[in-house]
Amino acid sequence: MLCQECQQRQATLHFTKIINGEKTEFHICDTCAKDKGEYIPGSNSFSIHQLLSGLLDVDQPISSSGSGFMKPRAELRCESCGMTYRQFAEIGRFGCSNCYKTFNEKLDPIFRRIHSGNSVHGGKVPRRIGKDLHVHKEIERLKQQMQEFINSEEFEQAAKIRDKIRSLEKSLNDKKEG
Amino acid sequence: MSLRNFISEAISPWMKNEGPDADIVLSSRVRLARNLSKPPFPIAASKEQLEEVIDLVNKKCVTHTHRKFGELELLRMEDMKKNEKRVLVEKHLISPNLSDESKAGAVLLSEDESLSIMINEEDHFRIQVLLSGFQLTEGLRYANEIDDWMEDKVDFAFTENRGYLTSCPTNVGTGLRASVMMHLPALVITRQMNRILPAINQLGLVVRGIYGEGSEALGNLFQISNQITLGKSEEDIVDDLRSVVSQLIQQERAARESLLQQSKLQIEDRVFRSFGLLSYSRTMESKEAAQHLSNVRLGIDMGLIDNVSGNILNELMILTQPGFLQQYAGEILSPEQRDQRRASLIRERLKLEN
Repeated sequence: MLCQECQQRQATLHFTKIINGEKTEFHICDTCAKDKGEYIPGSNSFSIHQLLSGLLDVDQPISSSGSGFMKPRAELRCESCGMTYRQFAEIGRFGCSNCYKTFNEKLDPIFRRIHSGNSVHGGKVPRRIGKDLHVHKEIERLKQQMQEFINSEEFEQAAKIRDKIRSLEKSLNDKKEG
Repeated sequence: MSLRNFISEAISPWMKNEGPDADIVLSSRVRLARNLSKPPFPIAASKEQLEEVIDLVNKKCVTHTHRKFGELELLRMEDMKKNEKRVLVEKHLISPNLSDESKAGAVLLSEDESLSIMINEEDHFRIQVLLSGFQLTEGLRYANEIDDWMEDKVDFAFTENRGYLTSCPTNVGTGLRASVMMHLPALVITRQMNRILPAINQLGLVVRGIYGEGSEALGNLFQISNQITLGKSEEDIVDDLRSVVSQLIQQERAARESLLQQSKLQIEDRVFRSFGLLSYSRTMESKEAAQHLSNVRLGIDMGLIDNVSGNILNELMILTQPGFLQQYAGEILSPEQRDQRRASLIRERLKLEN
């Protein structure tokens, strides 16, 4: 059987996962398992991830031959708290709110697995910060518009929008100090 | 201190056996996990940074009186004796984790102990509302109010896409864990629990025995809570849990009814044997106590015993834990001494009923 991830190598790892009654079967090769293993957050108890990484710690002869695929990607590291993606995968905890931004590209599959296929928040929006979010979005939108006007050399229009942006930014700052 | 005084001081409102369906749902709990946007989460923060979190709360939240919960008292873990912390754990007001692991842990408690805000547990804040009976909707409403009230004062880590950011990926989104503690003796006696548990798990809910280890449920008490926190609204999460709990209540009532009709003598025998043991034993392990308390409580609810009040299970399950026994005794006890004290506390408590 070929690996369901890369469709290139022989699948050597077969496991079945049942989350909330939904059964998923995995047939993957050593190399893909190594990648996948990082997506399964470890917990205090013995997890699939530990099982996998335990198996994969041994140097596999196949990895030396498949040179092209095996180049390790540059490791993600959170600028704010210093946590690396590997550490996150090991302890299964984020170090700070910025980790969510740093590891963002890897998070969707993790969240989908834990939360029955969901990866986007569908609940409460805090009143105060929630309002600011809209303002931030509006500012982003205006900045884009301003850039377009600048590109088409309509500087008068661009200046108008610049003033709008300034007043919005000022309102945000005032709120913070008040 | 007399036992009566000790109990009145030790009992939180959630143990009082009030509220809807309180004969089966002993308590309802709603917990919201929240973090500040700036400082690292407790797992990656220094002791100094965590002290600053406590100071911030002390400055911004403690000085304001909340209109429902009144004044909040801040307790720092490092200022408390080991057994004092243990008592708070046994009352479900703080977690063992906060008591023993946190670098700089604290808790904000309302006077009636229905609200506790753990500080620097796994997340910066864990807002918890604990009510007696089946009151999940009310619990969510109060927890939301406290959340709004705090959000006015401090900056929470929130993004539109992921919701409230938490240290553990299993809490992200709403940060909401809603749970109920249920007493389900008839479903256990009639061996229906084994069939029901897997069905509940399939609905994205988790069932645990509360005091037992693993799947063993001491005193036939089960905790049922939501597992998924991301992608659903708070109201939907609570509604899903509520509808399952409502069905369990019905099933438990039906099982009690059929026990009464089909094996009344056996049930009566079981209940009164337990009553006798609780009334006269000289030493009792916690496991044994839990089983007999559960039986007696079932007897009270089924109208077989009528001169004992129903909150005896709620009360004594809490008060016969090691921390409370030691607090009542005023000293550290060996396990044998605890078993002896436990038996005597239960005997005394039953005498208070007459």
